[in-house]
Amino acid sequence: MNMAETKRIQRKLTISHSPHIHSLNRTPRVMRDVLIALSPAAIMSVYYFGYRAALIIAVCVTISIVTEFFTRKVLRRSSTISDLSAAVTGLLLALTLPVTIPLWMAALGSAAAIIVVKELFGGLGQNFANPAITARIILTVSFSSHMTNWTEPVRNVLSAPAQAADAVATATPLVSGNARLLDLFLGNTAGCLGETCAAALIAGGIYLVIRRVIKPIIPLTYIGVVGILYLLSGQWSGYDVPFYYVPVYQILAGGLMIGAIFMATDYSTSPLTRTGKFIFALGCGILTFLIRMFANYPDGVSFSILIMNILTPSIDRLTAHKAFAGIYNKKERALK
Amino acid sequence: MAIIKMRSKWSLQRGIHRKFGKYTKNSICAPLDLPALVKISLLQHIGAECTPLVEKGDIVYVGQKIGECTDGLSAPVHSSVAGIVNGIGSYNDAQGTAIRTVNIVSFGEQSRSPDIKPPTVTNRAELIQAAYDCGLVGLGGAGFPTHRKLDFKPEHNIDTLIINAAECEPYITTDYREMLEYSDDIAKGIVLIKELLGIQRAYIGIEDNKPAAIKLLDRKSEGKFDVISLPAVYPQGAEKMLIFTAAERLIPEDKLPLDVGVLVLNVTTVSVLYKYIQTGMPLTHRRITIDGKGITRPKNLIVTKNLIVPIGTPIIDILKACGAEIDDRGPLNIKKVVVGGPMMGTSIFDLSTPTVKTTSAITCFGKKKAVFVDTTACIRCGKCVRACPINLMPITLERAYDAKNLEDLEKWKVNMCINCGCCSFMCPAGRNLAAKFQLAKKLLKGR
Repeated sequence: MNMAETKRIQRKLTISHSPHIHSLNRTPRVMRDVLIALSPAAIMSVYYFGYRAALIIAVCVTISIVTEFFTRKVLRRSSTISDLSAAVTGLLLALTLPVTIPLWMAALGSAAAIIVVKELFGGLGQNFANPAITARIILTVSFSSHMTNWTEPVRNVLSAPAQAADAVATATPLVSGNARLLDLFLGNTAGCLGETCAAALIAGGIYLVIRRVIKPIIPLTYIGVVGILYLLSGQWSGYDVPFYYVPVYQILAGGLMIGAIFMATDYSTSPLTRTGKFIFALGCGILTFLIRMFANYPDGVSFSILIMNILTPSIDRLTAHKAFAGIYNKKERALK
Repeated sequence: MAIIKMRSKWSLQRGIHRKFGKYTKNSICAPLDLPALVKISLLQHIGAECTPLVEKGDIVYVGQKIGECTDGLSAPVHSSVAGIVNGIGSYNDAQGTAIRTVNIVSFGEQSRSPDIKPPTVTNRAELIQAAYDCGLVGLGGAGFPTHRKLDFKPEHNIDTLIINAAECEPYITTDYREMLEYSDDIAKGIVLIKELLGIQRAYIGIEDNKPAAIKLLDRKSEGKFDVISLPAVYPQGAEKMLIFTAAERLIPEDKLPLDVGVLVLNVTTVSVLYKYIQTGMPLTHRRITIDGKGITRPKNLIVTKNLIVPIGTPIIDILKACGAEIDDRGPLNIKKVVVGGPMMGTSIFDLSTPTVKTTSAITCFGKKKAVFVDTTACIRCGKCVRACPINLMPITLERAYDAKNLEDLEKWKVNMCINCGCCSFMCPAGRNLAAKFQLAKKLLKGR
C-alpha cells in the first residue's frame, strides 16, 4: 500500500491489548449492590426510630458525597462521586450512629471519614482502615455521651424526634442483657440506627453473596467465632437460661451483624485470599469477644475490625497465593 | 473406551466460569470465493522468516512450496492458490514488525501442483518428515512447528498424548466443526501418531459444552484413546491448564510439557496431518470463524459463519464475503477487528493484513464495544486473584509493575503469566492487568 492510499483511509480501527471483552460488573455496580443490601436496614431504622433516622442518613450520605467532591477538587484529582463509594461510606456511618446524635456531629463524622481516612490516603482502595468504622471511633472517643445516648424504638415514622435532652435514654441490650431474642432479631430494641435489626442485615448479606459482591467466609467466620467463644465461656451457667441463649444474644445484639456483614468485608481493608480472609475474621471474632468480656467499651466490633484492618497488609503478605508449580526456593532457582 | 470426566483444582476455583456464546457452532464450513490476490506470509511460525523460493513472474500451483528456512523452529510455506507471483511484498504484523510476503495473483482456478503425492508413513522418522513437508504448525494459535514437537528425545519419557480440543476461547468454533466434519481423520490421526511415536496413552480433551463432539469422538475412538470431558471454564485450552486437568500434572516454571512426559497437539493439527498423509496436500487452507454477533448485538455487522479460507487471504476479502460494508475509506460499521478470539486475539490496524496458518478466528466489534474501558482506581476486590488460573497475585504484580519494581515482579512470578486475560476481564475497575504483565515480562527480559 503506498502513501496516497494510506492517507485516503480515514476511518481508523481501534487497537487495544487483549482481552477485548470485559465483565459488565464494574465498580459503580458493586457499590450500588452494597447500597441495595443496606436499604432494608435503613428502612427498618426509620420504622423503629422515626423520621429523625432518615434525617441522619440523609445528612451523612450528602455530606460524604459533597466532601468527597470538594476534597478531590482541592487535591486536583478527578471526581469519583459517580462510583457511589462515598454514598456507601455515608450510609454505613449513619447506620452506626444513635438516633439522638446532633446532626452536626453526624456531618463531622462523615467529613472525617472521607477526608482523613479515605482521601488523604489516596482515595478509593488505598485507605488502610474502613472509613465508616474509623469515623465512628473518632465520634465515640470525642463525644462519648452523645454516642452512647440510645433510646427505645418508637415504631412510628411520624413520631416526634427524640431530642437529645428529653429522650427516653436507655442502655443497649449489650449492657442491660435482658432483651428477648426475637426482639433482637427483629430490631425492636435500643441501639444505633441500623445495627438493631439483625433480620434486615442478614437479608442484605444474603443479597451480597448472591450477587457475588462478597464471599460469605468473613461474616460466617466472624459471627461463628463470637458465638463459639461465648458458648465456651460458660456465661450461661448459673442462670435460668438455655445454653444457646448467651451466644445467640451476643450475636444478635450490638454491632456484630452490621460489622461482620458490611464493615469487615470492605474490599480495601480486608485480605485478598480465602485463607487471609479466614485469619482476618478469626482475629475480629476473638478481639470482639475479648473487648466485650473484659474491656471498658460495651461493644468491641468497631475496635476489633480497626485493629484487624491494620494487620491486613501483613496477613496479605503471609497468605499470598503461590503460582502452581512455581519455583520459589532460591537454591532450586540457582540450580536451573 | 470411556468418556472420562475430569475436574482439577484450578478449574473449580479459578478462571472464568461464564457461558460464552458459540454462535457459529451450527455453521457448516463453506469455502470462500477465491480471492484475486493472496499475500502469503513467510513467517507463520515462531522461528525465523523463510526465504522465498519463487520470484516475480513465476507460475505457482496449489500446494507448491514457496518458502523454506533451515532454522530448526521453522516450517515451510506453500502456495494456497494457483497463479502468478506478483512480487515479494511485506506487511506489518500486530506488533509492527515488517514481515515479507509472497504475493500471488490467482488464475481463478485451483490447479494442483504436479508434485503432490501422498507420502508413505510407516515409522517415526517418516511421520516427522511428513509433518515438516506439510508445513504444519500448532494450529491452536501458538505456531510452534509440529515436526519439532513430534521429534522429542527418548529421555523425555513421553507417555501421554493429549489432543487439545477444549476450544475455551469465546465465539470460536473451528475445532468443534473440524471434529464434527472430520471425526474419522482425527480418530485415525490420533491412533497413527500414538502408535508411530510409541506413546502409551492418548486422550482427547473436549469441553463439556460440546456434547455432540464428545459423543462422536468417543464412538470413533474404538477403544484406542479416551475422550476427556473437561469443565467449560476459560482458559481450559491453555496448554498448562489442559495438562493440569487432563493428566493431573503440573508443568514447573520455565519447563515445557515434554518435561512432564506429555505431548500436546491441537485437534485440527492432527486432522491436517492425517489428511496430508492421505492426500499429500500440504497446509494451504484453514477454517476460520468470523464472528461478532455476541459483541455487536442487536446490530449485526457481519454474517457470522465458518469459512475455509486460503492462507494468505487479506482479511478485508473475508469480511466483505461476510457482508461487511467496506468502502475505500475503510469499514463503515466495524470499529475494531481482532484476529483470534476476543480474550487472547490481537487487534489489527490494517485490513489488508493476510491470514496466516494460526488464524483461527476474526472477531469484529461495532462502535459501542470498540471503545476503551475507562480505568478507575483498584478497589482491592480480589476478583483478579480468584480468576488467575496460574494462582498468581495480579493485584500485587500490578503494583510492582507500576513502581517498576523488578525484584518484586520476579518474586511474584510475572514470568509465569500465560496472558489469558482473566484478570483484566474480571476487573471491575477496568485495569489493564494482562497488558501490564506482558510489558513486565519484556522489562524482566531486557534487564
